[in-house]
Amino acid sequence: MNIQEFIENFAAQLDETDEALITPETQFKQLDEWSSLTALSIIAMVDDEYDVIVKGNDIINSDTIQDLFDAVKSKRKPGAD
Amino acid sequence: MGNDYNPFSLEGKNILVTGASSGIGEAVAIKCALMGAGVAVTGRNVERLKAVYDQLEDAPFRAQITADLTVAEDLERLVAALPPLDGAVLCAGNSTTLPLQFGSREKFDDMFNVNFFAPVELLRLMYKKKILNKGASVVLIASIGGTHSFMPGNGVYGASKASLNAVMKYAAREFASRRVRVNSICPGMVDTPLIHRGTITEEQLVEDAKRYPLGRYGRPEDVAYGAIYLLSDASSWLTGHDLVIDGGFSI
Ligand SMILES: NC(=O)c1ccc[n+]([C@@H]2O[C@H](COP(=O)([O-])OP(=O)(O)OC[C@H]3O[C@@H](n4cnc5c(N)ncnc54)[C@H](OP(=O)(O)O)[C@@H]3O)[C@@H](O)[C@H]2O)c1
Repeated sequence: MNIQEFIENFAAQLDETDEALITPETQFKQLDEWSSLTALSIIAMVDDEYDVIVKGNDIINSDTIQDLFDAVKSKRKPGAD
Repeated sequence: MGNDYNPFSLEGKNILVTGASSGIGEAVAIKCALMGAGVAVTGRNVERLKAVYDQLEDAPFRAQITADLTVAEDLERLVAALPPLDGAVLCAGNSTTLPLQFGSREKFDDMFNVNFFAPVELLRLMYKKKILNKGASVVLIASIGGTHSFMPGNGVYGASKASLNAVMKYAAREFASRRVRVNSICPGMVDTPLIHRGTITEEQLVEDAKRYPLGRYGRPEDVAYGAIYLLSDASSWLTGHDLVIDGGFSI
């Protein structure tokens, strides 16, 4: 899994934010459109795309997209790239 | 009037409780026994089911049957083991919090298998095989989700419970010929292991509970007391009803 693809998958869950503004450093919970439904969509996206179950607390404990990426990566099954 | 006046008594009734190994079903089983019923409990987890069974020691009749209700052979084995019943409370179920755009057929199937097909098949077989005595009462645990409340992320779950409520009403009409009553309870959020899975954080749950007019989430016994009413002869003239027990949330 690589960060660029993760950012694309993340950005696909947003409706208002300009995709070009999303970077590994983006503090996603500060986005105007961030809501509990966005959080649920991110959790579902990570399950679909990476076969990883993240919890609400993983979202809370991540400030930036990089943080969340690292959290997902650390939970991946061994061998899944 | 004697002190033993109690129109809600379950004495002389034998009642099946599914999902009895946890949460709402556990409370229903224990409270039904306290109200005088004989109780058959079923669930998947052997240890937790036994722990509940052990608390039914004063019940005039008790039985425990381990079964996964989504597995056809298990369901058949359960049905074959059942004594004649005067009541059944079908609590076994699961939930998922998933935005609709992620609600694939697979996700819907998972939810419908346990929340819809399993209780509907059990209900069908209990009626067809005349396990339900004349005048028996069946209580399906549905939810406010899908009929009274439409919170984002609850669509897949809510659809399974709305479908269950629909079958409840048809069964109430059809089974009335044997005076078998069929009702449902639609709880709001109840504090059981089901809601502590981490998709929703504990902080979010605390905030959400504040939106309930009566100031808190439900307790398993809040639902169990409703089930006792629906099982008892006090509700003999009630069928096809979905009883909302939600601290006022859906008003
Ligand atoms: N808690 C709420 O906020 C809430 C609100 C509205 C409606 N409800 C409904 O209330 C019912 C009970 O939920 P709960 O809150 O008490 O949840 P819970 O504590 O998680 O209990 C669920 C029960 O269902 C059983 N079960 C699950 N899948 C099963 C299967 N495939 N075969 C047989 N048994 C199965 C479980 O058995 P094992 O543990 O042995 O696996 C457990 O006894 C559910 O139908 C739920 O949808 C709950």
